Amino acid sequence: MSSVIDVTKTHVAYQWKHDRPLIACRMAPDGLQAASSSEDSSLQLWTVPSGEKKILAGHESWVHALCYSGDGQQLVSGGCDGRLIWWSVRGDAPSILRKIDAHVGWIRGVAISSDNTTLASVGNDKVVRLWSMATGEKICELSGHDRHIYSVLFHPDGTQLVTGDLLGKIHIWNLGDRKLERSIEATPLYAENKGQAAEFGGVRAMALNGQRSELIAGGTHKATNPFGAVHEPLVLRLNWSDGVLKKSHACDGITGGLVWRVQWLTDGTVVGVSGGSTGGILLFFNDTQEKEFHRFKLPSLARDMDIHVESNLVATAHYDNHLRISSMFAKA
Amino acid sequence: MTIAHYACGSREHSSNRRRFLRQSLSGVASGGAIAGGLGSLAFGAAAEQLKSQDMRVVVFNMHGGLSQLESWDPKPGTKTGGPCRSIPTSVPGIHISDLLPYTAKQMHHLCLMRGVNTAEDDHGKGTYLMLTGRRQSAAAEYPQIGAVAARMLNDESRGLPGHIVVTPGGGGGKGNEAAYLGPKYSSISLGGSKPPPNTTKPEAITNESEARRHEMRRHLNQEFLSRRRTAITDAYTHSYEQALRLMDRKDVFDISKESVADQDRYGKHDFGRQCLMARRLLENGVSFVQVTHSNYDTHNENFIFHIEQLGEFDQSFATFVADLADRGLLEKTLVVVLSEFGRTPNINLYYGRDHWSKAWSVVMAGGKLARGAVFGKTNDEGTEVVDGQVDHGALFHTYLRAVGVDSSQSIAVDGRDLPIADPAAAPIWKVLT
Repeated sequence: MSSVIDVTKTHVAYQWKHDRPLIACRMAPDGLQAASSSEDSSLQLWTVPSGEKKILAGHESWVHALCYSGDGQQLVSGGCDGRLIWWSVRGDAPSILRKIDAHVGWIRGVAISSDNTTLASVGNDKVVRLWSMATGEKICELSGHDRHIYSVLFHPDGTQLVTGDLLGKIHIWNLGDRKLERSIEATPLYAENKGQAAEFGGVRAMALNGQRSELIAGGTHKATNPFGAVHEPLVLRLNWSDGVLKKSHACDGITGGLVWRVQWLTDGTVVGVSGGSTGGILLFFNDTQEKEFHRFKLPSLARDMDIHVESNLVATAHYDNHLRISSMFAKA
Repeated sequence: MTIAHYACGSREHSSNRRRFLRQSLSGVASGGAIAGGLGSLAFGAAAEQLKSQDMRVVVFNMHGGLSQLESWDPKPGTKTGGPCRSIPTSVPGIHISDLLPYTAKQMHHLCLMRGVNTAEDDHGKGTYLMLTGRRQSAAAEYPQIGAVAARMLNDESRGLPGHIVVTPGGGGGKGNEAAYLGPKYSSISLGGSKPPPNTTKPEAITNESEARRHEMRRHLNQEFLSRRRTAITDAYTHSYEQALRLMDRKDVFDISKESVADQDRYGKHDFGRQCLMARRLLENGVSFVQVTHSNYDTHNENFIFHIEQLGEFDQSFATFVADLADRGLLEKTLVVVLSEFGRTPNINLYYGRDHWSKAWSVVMAGGKLARGAVFGKTNDEGTEVVDGQVDHGALFHTYLRAVGVDSSQSIAVDGRDLPIADPAAAPIWKVLT
């Protein structure tokens, strides 16, 4: 399925419809399956490219957090019901392997370590929790965030965990001694609107590049009217070693947008998905320009994204009930 | 009692003339027997009896439009329910949103009105009708519940204002809240948990000097009023005298005098301090307090904003209600939680909910209201009221009845009897005991 990447030729290759608006999505490591969550509290498994759908029921609320295990055999979901569910997702009959009441309130992010041994979960209770992937036993809790935690990722070498919160604080935890190692300020992603008595924004998404030299953090800025969905997408490019802000990637003409997810392509391109009153847009950034070098307008407002790097496919979850798979190469 | 002698036919004029006539008829137990089809506002013995009951009102104004689906009328597992769930309360069979765990434990004190339909989706107009019980029109201005409560319930001998509005920044309360009742019943606005400004006499001014200044002011006032007295000049005079009394009683506004434990229980944030202030004011006999909690106008990210806002509201409000009950004040205090409207059952593109006045909720507690009750019902997805529909007019009547005020009374203004509540509406008798 892999073709030569050319993001300027990005186009929707497949779209499959569910019954209700979608919230989150992920692609399996082999690119042959995609998972999504919906406002009906179910998960959907989609076979790529046929679009065959299976429904997973188990959560009692919406699911914002999804992550495949490295071998693609399991999917872990974190719900607004505070529950983590391990799913067996291959074979004809997907099933629940394990269900844990993990957080008080919403789970906002989950990540699995590259050695597939540890699951990290974060949420509105401001606590980071680590779990054994094999048994589901809790390994430890990490406290130090003062507001809801939105995003989490493991450093690929497994020695550090990175978590980002509403205030724009990014904490880097040492997984050896399980202590806070250092913090990075991504405060441009945070807004306090005193007129509306509202705090808004936060580190909605993070990703480390392949060289492990840069961390990107996505979210929003210019939140002049958070209650009215007036805020613009923003991606920060930060030095991993010292947290210094290298570049702010803002966008012209997107007055209602928030970057729900950011990821790296192998050529160093940063991809973000913006969803908001301006619609759903894939944004492509490089390290030489502040503005995006390309944008792809999706057919409907998007709320999440996942890239399958090997096949240059990007899945997006949409308000109009669709999961869309777009190809980042020219049509055949 | 001082009888006003106005040079014009001002609003207060006829009212005070009637008051004089009424009080002259000593021994008449009820003030409601004046000529005319509608009984005029209770004065004299009835008024004193009402004031002696020492009833109070506190309104929590959830500014911007609280979502009923994330608070009092959750619909979990439905198309419109969103991600929040429902939890059981202290009353078996009644469930409310999981965003209100502390309040759920106080449900046995509360009366949920789940069938509110006000048919007004504009912020300003919605606020007006919820606070006055009438729809806004160019033809007339009506007094807000705070002004009516101050007029009907406040014991002025306590030296405290009868109508206090607490907002985060001290704003609000500047409109024509009292309408024909006169500016005397307009609110005093407090910013956060701070006492009214300028209530401390400058050290450079001695007590003797201060007394002489006021003696001179009163003398000049008297000279002026003997020729040009109006309701407005009376209000000015009243304001000065009220300010003096406030200076004597400014400790009432000082919540640092409350225990550290209480300050912790209410929460160390603006709303927690405002709730503690409200309790302190009510305990000291202020007849009406409005606390504003802002902001719920969540067209975008409705759920995370409600988690944040109600997370703050829940513990402070529940503590407030529990304290009033424990101290025997709930019997004498009507508690109302209202907004200008609710929010749409439909969840929009931005995880938001928009304005929705067709089927939403108001919560009341205390006074003569039923406890641990639910009145009204919406359909499965919360889009329509299917039982027990009420509107702002009925609620306004009910507020007054809950504190012992006959809401069918009128006040005489410029020779006309003006009903204090909309005569086209009626109290919701089923929730009154």
